[in-house]
Amino acid sequence: MMTQKSIKTWYLVHKWTSLVCTVFLLLLCITGLPLIFMEELEDLTGLHPVVQEMAPETPMTSLDNVLASALKAHPGEVPQFMSFDDEGQPIVYVGTGVTPLSQGKDSHFTAYDARTAEMLPMKPFDGSLMSYFYRLHVDLFADLPGTLFLGAMGLLFVAALVSGVVVYAPFMRKLDFGTVRKDKNRRVKWLDMHNMIGVITLGWVLVVGATGVVNTLARPILMLWQYGQLAEMVQPYKDKPALEKFSSIQEAYDVAVKAAPHMKPTFIAFPETAFSSKHHYAVFMAGNTPLTSKLLTPALVDAETGQLTEMRPMPWYVSTLFLSQPLHFGDYGGTPLKIIWALLDLATIAVLGSGLYLWFGRRRSSLKARLDELESGAAAPASL
Amino acid sequence: MQQISRKKAGARGFRQIFAAPIILGLLSLVGLVAALIGDGPFDAASWLMLGLPTGLIVWYASRR
Repeated sequence: MMTQKSIKTWYLVHKWTSLVCTVFLLLLCITGLPLIFMEELEDLTGLHPVVQEMAPETPMTSLDNVLASALKAHPGEVPQFMSFDDEGQPIVYVGTGVTPLSQGKDSHFTAYDARTAEMLPMKPFDGSLMSYFYRLHVDLFADLPGTLFLGAMGLLFVAALVSGVVVYAPFMRKLDFGTVRKDKNRRVKWLDMHNMIGVITLGWVLVVGATGVVNTLARPILMLWQYGQLAEMVQPYKDKPALEKFSSIQEAYDVAVKAAPHMKPTFIAFPETAFSSKHHYAVFMAGNTPLTSKLLTPALVDAETGQLTEMRPMPWYVSTLFLSQPLHFGDYGGTPLKIIWALLDLATIAVLGSGLYLWFGRRRSSLKARLDELESGAAAPASL
Repeated sequence: MQQISRKKAGARGFRQIFAAPIILGLLSLVGLVAALIGDGPFDAASWLMLGLPTGLIVWYASRR
């Protein structure tokens, strides 16, 4: 068993890692709650475009027509990317911008009916209520530094979880699993609740916490791929002049599908954008199982000749990122899984809140009194 | 019998303290992975295994 000294050390680790991260974790849990139901809320609030009902066998129009519509609607802009609806609707989204790398006000994101190439009305995400929850959850309105800061808070949270498990042992020496003593006082009751809920939700919270940390590294991870594997694949094209005119996007789509018939394109990056080369369409292909649909494989299609240049699976660090996304979002097991995600999120809020309450009630008492409480399982009447 | 096997009367060892948390943790992990592997029965399995902790919290918090 642990010595007095090691219990004290672990207690202090739990206290300080928790104290630093709790306020941010509460913010993440609260803003994360509506984000779990992002898809449903977007449908409800008109953020997701609605397509007209048509006969089910209505053929899709060429993607070149969709692209032409998008460029006509945004004169003077160039295409950046094209993506396909993740809810399986016949919708194509097109990103355009003043330059291939333009962002913000110099770029547009619009939706088109995949059968008619007509633009579909879509409320902008930026400025919507959902976008505030999203930014508070993802970067605190501070871009990459904000995201990395939240990642650091996530790491502290994981440390708080591990140290919490360690101090759980001496506390539970005289108590049965799940004990909540309601007959003593409020502090004892909430101490028991903190331990009970914390240890029951531990597995889920560790996974969602750790994958959240991985997600904060998305930008650096993707940059690593751009400057590593992607640069390597397009090395022979490095010194070729920029293309005056791109080959057909529909052809590039078809070439990629032919190269991987069991996969389907989810996202196409145009030449000169961050996720492609000066000379290629990068068609990102997704598999057809819940697992492989998250692991994208880029097919590079020469935008001059329309031929496939290369198709290579992503390196392990990008695959780790892709797998961390569903495990953090909870969007891979239908509505019941989302509801469970929300309930476990609420349980985490209860653990964070009760932890804060326990610290607040005891912050003036001596360290010894608090360690005694831990080791006795708060058997002695806890006086304030 | 149980009393004799304990070092100190009423004190629980590592196994007794962590048996339930370890089982619950493993079930949660299996549940998290199940819905990734497949649809249908795999999803249902994940709902069961991840729903269990939420049910247990309600049970332990509400029992007298």
